[in-house]
Amino acid sequence: MPIQYYITLAIILFCIGVVGVLTRRNAIIIFMCIELMLNAVNLLLVAFSKMINGFAYASDKASLAGMDGQLFVFFIMVVAAAEVSVGLAIIVMMYRNTHSVDINFLNRLKN
Amino acid sequence: MSIIQILFWFLSALALMGALMVVLSKNPVHSVLWLIVVFFAISGHYVLLNAQFLAIVNLIVYAGAIMVLFLFVIMLMNLNSETEPQKNNMLKIAGAISGGSLMLIMIDVVSSASDIAGKSALVKEGNIGLIKYLGKSLFNEYVIPFEISSILFLSAMVGAVVLGKKGEAKAV
Repeated sequence: MPIQYYITLAIILFCIGVVGVLTRRNAIIIFMCIELMLNAVNLLLVAFSKMINGFAYASDKASLAGMDGQLFVFFIMVVAAAEVSVGLAIIVMMYRNTHSVDINFLNRLKN
Repeated sequence: MSIIQILFWFLSALALMGALMVVLSKNPVHSVLWLIVVFFAISGHYVLLNAQFLAIVNLIVYAGAIMVLFLFVIMLMNLNSETEPQKNNMLKIAGAISGGSLMLIMIDVVSSASDIAGKSALVKEGNIGLIKYLGKSLFNEYVIPFEISSILFLSAMVGAVVLGKKGEAKAV
């Protein structure tokens, strides 16, 4: 598949995530939109790694060029999992104190 | 149209529809379910690109673990469309316009870039996505980042427990 298609798909997914972060006020939905953006970037990294591999594949079928991109995706997933666990703990704590997940109540961190 | 193209367009449409519904759904539980659809579609893309390891990890970690965590938290808080905070329409329109212009500009820049013109991603062939080679690389060149990420996980675990503990620290 042409790399342009993958790039366009990833850009659209990313921008939907950006719009979600900008327009929603529910902290959990904002968090989910961040996950959406991370996944768009992951898709793009995999597509690029396969593009690099495609150049080498023409001459050497067993080439491992471009594998770094997929390992990066793996590490991004690791960081995202850690981020979600801490972030959701923060949201739960905030809900316990304010009984709301509206981010507008978060503008004052004191009291 | 070959079967690969059909699959590509189908998975892309599924991912985009799911992503739109995540943002548009009023009920947070529906948003989570649509996000799972997006993750499945992206996993399908990984399979199409022969990145089998990442496809499975994406399903297990994202669709399996993270989304269950989200669902649990949402159900714990008993959120639904009635408790959904409303933003005024001006901000919604402003957000949509700014995000849309970002998208248009990025697509325009990419479509006129000469570096990637005519290049294509290798689908269904190539063996860099197989766990055999990824594992070898992960435990040779990338062994230090791998170990550091285990420390990151440990600290995230401790952090989540500390934050989730009731009482004592009466923060916020």
